[in-house]
Amino acid sequence: MANHRITLKINGEYEQVDVPSQMTLLQMLRDKLAFTGTKNGCNAGECGACTVLLNGEPVNSCMILAVECQGAEIVTVEGLAQDGVLDPVQQAIIDHGGVQCGFCTPGVLISARALINRNPHPTPDEISEALVGNLCRCTGYLRIVDAIQDAAARQESLAARL
Amino acid sequence: MSINAHPELPEFDYVRPATLMEASRFLAEHAGEARPLLGGTDIFVRMRDGFYHDKYLVDVKHLDSTDELSYDPQRGLKLGAGVNMNRVMASPMVQAHYALLAEACRSVASYQLRTRATIVGNICNASPAGDTIGACLVLGGVLNVHGVGGYRQEPLATFFRGPGKTVLQPGDIVTSIEFPPAPAGAAGVYIKLGRNTWSDLSIVGVTVYGYADAGRASGYRFQAALASVAPTPLLVPALEEHLASHPINAEAFRQAARLAQAACSPIDDVRGSARYRKAMVRTLTEKALQMTWKKLGN
Ligand SMILES: Cc1cc2nc3c(=O)[nH]c(=O)nc-3n(C[C@H](O)[C@H](O)[C@H](O)COP(=O)(O)OP(=O)(O)OC[C@H]3O[C@@H](n4cnc5c(N)ncnc54)[C@H](O)[C@@H]3O)c2cc1C
Ligand code: FES
Ligand code: FES
Repeated sequence: MANHRITLKINGEYEQVDVPSQMTLLQMLRDKLAFTGTKNGCNAGECGACTVLLNGEPVNSCMILAVECQGAEIVTVEGLAQDGVLDPVQQAIIDHGGVQCGFCTPGVLISARALINRNPHPTPDEISEALVGNLCRCTGYLRIVDAIQDAAARQESLAARL
Repeated sequence: MSINAHPELPEFDYVRPATLMEASRFLAEHAGEARPLLGGTDIFVRMRDGFYHDKYLVDVKHLDSTDELSYDPQRGLKLGAGVNMNRVMASPMVQAHYALLAEACRSVASYQLRTRATIVGNICNASPAGDTIGACLVLGGVLNVHGVGGYRQEPLATFFRGPGKTVLQPGDIVTSIEFPPAPAGAAGVYIKLGRNTWSDLSIVGVTVYGYADAGRASGYRFQAALASVAPTPLLVPALEEHLASHPINAEAFRQAARLAQAACSPIDDVRGSARYRKAMVRTLTEKALQMTWKKLGN
């Protein structure tokens, strides 16, 4: 079966990778490029642990072929922090105790970042709806929702100071 | 025996034709071992579960006008096959004129999944549970199909043949779906009964759409489509006829809901029994009619 050579940008860096047709974006990230922050929870589009940004929008990386990402820009959880400073969603989820086992956290952070990018003032209901595809079996979600709302507020006050 | 709960995809070849004709020819030449790929959110599940064994997946997302989302007051709405559900929901034109379509998309899976999932994929998958199909039916959707013989149109109302079965032939590629202009003041509702509020497949889905129509004795046209209660998504002409010819009131809605119940033929499965589904069709159809009536300003 044919291999495809693809070029894409991951967390700001260009990568050239040879992938077989059936390799998912998730497999490529974890097994070929060692971006193991992105998790495999169900491999079926249900749990959201594998969520990454594809051209700015969150996707389940287990439900996309790597070869479909030719020319695309991917951001994984490893790409959220900038110059050693955590993204506001990362800092807020730590401060609010929104991490227990941590398996869902990378996907939650990516969904949260995408939500705040498209909606800088999300309500708790909007946050819950944005997290429908991110299953967390530990926290009960309340602290996660609080953290995301706080992150949005912090980001705004940060922007106001710049 | 061990069960692999998280299987990887089996081997296949990903094919990305340069033109629609090339894609149609490839699909026709490899009938039975190739299928069109849009978001893949149905295909990959079925490949992992061992239901699909295709040797080729033919990506059609980038072809011709499959990326188009356009609206014209005279011609209506055109959604390219590759337009994902989040894009449909975010479109101001869809929100203004086809809010029912946005509401139906919103009930599908999760935000992440909808970045990939498409309405045309939902339709071509031909599951009786497809959540956007009811809205597409009552809105009068017509599919543009490209086959080895060129373009043709297929009305959605005669598109489905059974679970997973449609009128499409090898080589056929749905390139877009079009909807006629929506009547002024039209309103609709989609009620999805799942095991939880969000993201689950429906046990029963009821779509109702209505608008004032001077051409009918009652002064209104109402349509209903039912999901997960028959081998295909189901329009209910008996309901439409009843509400065209009887004064609109609570009793008319009750009787219309009984007609919807009589029209469906659900089965027992893991998500619900046939008996429960039948009861829910009646209850939810009546509720959807009342909600639509309210939205129409009554
Ligand atoms: C976790 C999860 C949750 C889901 N939840 C829901 C839900 O709540 N409601 C719901 O309705 N669905 C749900 N689905 C199913 C699926 O996401 C939808 O049916 C989706 O709309 C399919 O679109 P797609 O673009 O991904 O289609 P694809 O998977 O790419 O294709 C679907 C089928 O259509 C055929 N096809 C694709 N494109 C064309 C074309 N242009 N011409 C002809 N045939 C074509 C394919 O060969 C395939 O058989 C869910 C799926 C997952 C994985
Ligand atoms: S691993 Fe992708 S959604 Fe669960
Ligand atoms: S913290 Fe354990 S799954 Fe969310």
